[in-house]
Amino acid sequence: MIKHDFAELKLDRVTRRFAGVQGKAFNALDAMSLTIRRGEFICLLGPSGCGKSTALNCIAGLFPLSGGAIWLDDARIDTLPPERRGFGMVFQNYALFPHMSVARNVGFGLRMRGVAAAEIARRVDAALAMVQLVGQAHKLPGQLSGGQQQRVAIARAIVIEPPLVLMDEPLSNLDAKLRIETRAEIRRIHHELDRATIYVTHDQDEALSLADRIVVMKDGVVQQVGAPPDVYEEPANLHVARFMGYRNVLELDVVGNDGAHATLRGQGIELAARVRQPPTGKRAMVAIRPEELAVIDGPAGPNTVAGQVVNVEYAGRDALVDVATAGGIVLHVRGPVTLRRGDAVHVHLPAERALVYPTDGVPA
Amino acid sequence: MNGAPALADVAGSARRVPFDRVLLLVWPAAIFMLALFVYPFLYGLWLSFQTKEGGALANYVHFFTTDNLYPTIWITLKLALPATLINVGLSLPIAYRLRRKSRFQRWVTTLLVVPITLGTVLVAEGMLIYFGPKGWLSQFVQLLHLYDAPIRLTHNFWGVLISLVVSGFPFTFLLILSYITGIDPVLARAASTLGAGPREQFTQIYLPLLAPGLAICFCLAFVQAFSVFPSAVLLGSPAGPTRVISIAAYEAAFEQYDYALASAIAMIMGAVQLVIVVAVLGLRKAFYRGPVVGGKG
Repeated sequence: MIKHDFAELKLDRVTRRFAGVQGKAFNALDAMSLTIRRGEFICLLGPSGCGKSTALNCIAGLFPLSGGAIWLDDARIDTLPPERRGFGMVFQNYALFPHMSVARNVGFGLRMRGVAAAEIARRVDAALAMVQLVGQAHKLPGQLSGGQQQRVAIARAIVIEPPLVLMDEPLSNLDAKLRIETRAEIRRIHHELDRATIYVTHDQDEALSLADRIVVMKDGVVQQVGAPPDVYEEPANLHVARFMGYRNVLELDVVGNDGAHATLRGQGIELAARVRQPPTGKRAMVAIRPEELAVIDGPAGPNTVAGQVVNVEYAGRDALVDVATAGGIVLHVRGPVTLRRGDAVHVHLPAERALVYPTDGVPA
Repeated sequence: MNGAPALADVAGSARRVPFDRVLLLVWPAAIFMLALFVYPFLYGLWLSFQTKEGGALANYVHFFTTDNLYPTIWITLKLALPATLINVGLSLPIAYRLRRKSRFQRWVTTLLVVPITLGTVLVAEGMLIYFGPKGWLSQFVQLLHLYDAPIRLTHNFWGVLISLVVSGFPFTFLLILSYITGIDPVLARAASTLGAGPREQFTQIYLPLLAPGLAICFCLAFVQAFSVFPSAVLLGSPAGPTRVISIAAYEAAFEQYDYALASAIAMIMGAVQLVIVVAVLGLRKAFYRGPVVGGKG
């Protein structure tokens, strides 16, 4: 078993190839490099099929690597089988042993390590207390609710005090309320353990609220690594922007560019916007999130466009409003709930929050 | 989630629910069972008590006091129990190795279905030629001078045992394979992340979850082996060491035309099978029975 005290886990160009349809191999994970320090909470974020679960399985040792290496400090661990890595893993469907009681499930890892029975009982009790499942120890997993099963799975993974806790979308089977409660719980447990956690999710809110650093992935390639505010406010490329909720993406002509800011025109709009990634051609993409746009009463000014409300979705405090411009663009805007279909409005696009990216052949 | 109490509630409230007419669909099957199983069985039971002389139990007394009748129970058990143990014991490791979907798994399962479709008589005929004293196996072994006398694997105990394995193994293998592939492989992966090596994954996860299925499989295979008849006649020595209980029943019915005694033998045969099956299923109670997936279904 590997040592439990460590400074950092290093992924060095970790690659995992799968045989695809008709024998065409593809890289589910392509040369992923990442250094995780002790105490960090890392979220792997991306749409399904982006390679985030593959990365987790490679770290756990459940998938052999096709290339690259994994280091825990100066020990190379990617050649070890999962049972000798000793990372705690929480599976998406929990993977509780259906024939064992909660206590035996949680104690499984300790039994495999040959810990004495009295010590196992003590640590299982402590772990169940940590996930607030005291009094459920004798039950079978099938007698628990989804949320309780999920907490058993967490207890089972952390009771062995692993250097690294791996979580594969552990909240995706829970209802919205339980998800938010358990989220806080996971964060608290992470701090108590003071090891490192790698958490896989496709939910950007989850990643933003949990992570110290977010790793955004697409098609097996890391797109951006950064603290939640960086990823949220400064997406490294258009893929990340789209995934982080920049729902308005316009393809326009570049008419001016001083390196930091650009002027773009097209489809009846003229915009000043901030350059996030220098455009490569005459055309460029502008991405902006709905909550940055404002519906204003006043007359048209700079970075303002006239349009007509075509759809209103009530969202409580405000509404999700679709505004169609004369040029045929539909803008998604957060606006007041008083708006009605057919209202004529002006929409203001703040230049600092409209981000310019190259087209890269990506359709708008 | 919590299936059992919910079901109990439904059953509790069902008392006042009006009669469900869909239940009428059970009738054809019920009539079939009554006409083709329950009635013949009860008739056989009644017949076994019809005796020309002595009391109602005279046939049973006759069976247990006649030198060429009562030992057939032991002879049959001596064939059926080892055959069943070999079949289940061989099937388990092989099916476990083949638990992951692969082309190899498909080939093996296809290959194993063949003996099932051929039937015992054809397999017996083939074995007579292959395993006989002048068969290929014997000639091959003599050619290599591994054993210089002709090998006798037919017309004795071994011939019948081999035949029971050949015809019974595909059945137990396919059954066990279906149990194993029904177990979520994520469970073994979860165990491995917790420190369980391949050995512990089998003993701690697969085996306990398989145990109830293995018990069922053992019972089915045993009942099939215990009623061995064609291969005991064709491949064994039906007058001596493989005079199984079904041969005794056959002789009573069709050579002595004593249907009452034959029925009594059939009843005894059924009782022995029942004893073994009840014992094995009783053991099954000691194990977990329930879904073999590890989370929200």
